[in-house]
Amino acid sequence: MNPFYFYTKLDQTILLGVTASTIPGLLEGIQRVPEASIYYHTHRYLQQHHYLSPEPPNDFAYWVGQILNDAELGEQLSSIDIIRLDSIQSIRLEFVELLRAYISSSEKLRESPPGQEFHFMSCQTFAIQTPHTAETIPEFLEQLRNVSVSSLYYHVFDAKLRLGHGENDFSRWFRDGGKIELADAVARLDPYTYTLEGLRTKIISLAEKHGKD
Amino acid sequence: MVRIEEYADIVGQPTIDELFLLARELEGRTIQNVNSTAVGGGVAEILTRLLPLLKQLGVDAHWDVIRGDDRFFAITKKIHNGLHGVPTQLSPQEYELFLDVNRMNAESISFGDIVFIHDPQPVALVERRTVHGKNWLWRCHIDFSRPDPTIWKFLEQYINHYDGAVFSAPAFARALAIKQVLISPSIDPLSDKNRELPESVVKNIFRKFGIDRSRPVVTQISRFDYLKDPLGVIKAYQLAKKNVDVQLVLAGGGATDDPEGPIVMHQVQEEADKDKDIHVLFLPAGSDIEINALQRGSTVVLQKSLREGFGLTVAEALWKARPVIAGAVGGIPLQITHRYSGLLTRSVQGTAHAIKQLINEPEYAQKLGINGREHIKNNYLITRHIKDYLLLFISLFENGRDIVYL
Repeated sequence: MNPFYFYTKLDQTILLGVTASTIPGLLEGIQRVPEASIYYHTHRYLQQHHYLSPEPPNDFAYWVGQILNDAELGEQLSSIDIIRLDSIQSIRLEFVELLRAYISSSEKLRESPPGQEFHFMSCQTFAIQTPHTAETIPEFLEQLRNVSVSSLYYHVFDAKLRLGHGENDFSRWFRDGGKIELADAVARLDPYTYTLEGLRTKIISLAEKHGKD
Repeated sequence: MVRIEEYADIVGQPTIDELFLLARELEGRTIQNVNSTAVGGGVAEILTRLLPLLKQLGVDAHWDVIRGDDRFFAITKKIHNGLHGVPTQLSPQEYELFLDVNRMNAESISFGDIVFIHDPQPVALVERRTVHGKNWLWRCHIDFSRPDPTIWKFLEQYINHYDGAVFSAPAFARALAIKQVLISPSIDPLSDKNRELPESVVKNIFRKFGIDRSRPVVTQISRFDYLKDPLGVIKAYQLAKKNVDVQLVLAGGGATDDPEGPIVMHQVQEEADKDKDIHVLFLPAGSDIEINALQRGSTVVLQKSLREGFGLTVAEALWKARPVIAGAVGGIPLQITHRYSGLLTRSVQGTAHAIKQLINEPEYAQKLGINGREHIKNNYLITRHIKDYLLLFISLFENGRDIVYL
């Protein structure tokens, strides 16, 4: 197999100075902030609270549910199934459509208490090649056990959505190496429903099971 | 001296490896930190810990402290309060003195390839940019979600001359012409203030201060400052004490640039003299083991701030898996998810209720503490802080692309 180079990623959080205190304000912000901001608010929780997952809420859902106290809309926003969307723009459109529909059907819109507005943020990602490489499945397993969760995160989430690879890097590498069954099994995982350590364990178990095929 | 490798036992070797990879990107560049106090307060504390670790990673980092007299620090205290939202007025002479002290200090500071200025006191050093060029960053450690407009307008003209501004919480972001970055401060798990302590040490320190550990102890560790609301803490304690047996410990010191410390301390002492279960401890600089023990040995830790930059004492207590009740201000909500990793309150009555709840339900209190420790471990330890600073410095030399390959 061609070498697999493990990268890791480190994020710098950017403050955009854009805030929202109502649902229409949130909609306006979601429409105008850069794609990196949409990615940040829908994925930040996975990394910062990776011990709390599975199924962490996105920041929009958390704010609507916990700060505006709109449990129903909060639940709808947290139920957007990001795994089936293959671009950040399509994630943005899902939120926009849902919020538009809500606004048009609501008579009274709530406002956040002072000091608890939604603050749009973004991130700049720095990707670094680590010394970890693999040319065989056993080597891959050994390295995957040792890389940081940030490396795992990069090859699973960033690879698919921000780098436009279409699927996670691990599945791509397995597929290129002729390990089709393993590639499909890893691609089928919904990574949003695991903690990052849980995801690592799952991929390792799949590679152990299918790697010899 | 603590070695960077020692943190691997806590955060994992891959995290330490990443720091070395990042540090390599800064080879050949010098970084000059400047702030206004060498001891006391969170900024001096974090720089004291960070600098040696940056050097071990191979980063050529330095730290200078500006000098000023009492008049200068009285002015900077007013500016500090103004940024916290207290209506503040400075006379033209005071503005002039503030700038004169900055200009005088600028003569003796050697500016590096990256100049990293902390807080408002040395903000006007950026006037030297015309001479030195270089990369200038301004780090604001304090809460200015609602700054006094006049003070803000004065500072803004200097801040906009920097290449970037760094804030501790999202609510502090302003409409600035420059890039704004979020970097939360951190605690050092291997420092005297946070490292594991034998039970015998905790026991002896409580005995030394005359605090009875067989009864519940509620503690606030803070500078004696109006914005930390020590008088509000006493009121909450008095309300809670109507229903539960509890002692209160108020322990803290004053930073060298804080002229209000002794006044607040006096008011608190007056209240405490009326109740033998209130222990007021004025701790001199260097009382880290005492603070560590007080936090570890307390039933509940409070941080009832009215304004807060970040509130490092919250992270300290959570790291010790203590249940924490804190004001929902500044960076505190970043550290505590309400009812999951602590309790957030907004009033004396709410704080009193929370004290009673945690004393009466120790299992719930323990769960909050355990969750809190995990959150601090993943997000607010010094290794994460070093990573953020290294990225900040590296980003000065990169373009603005979303993903940068190093």
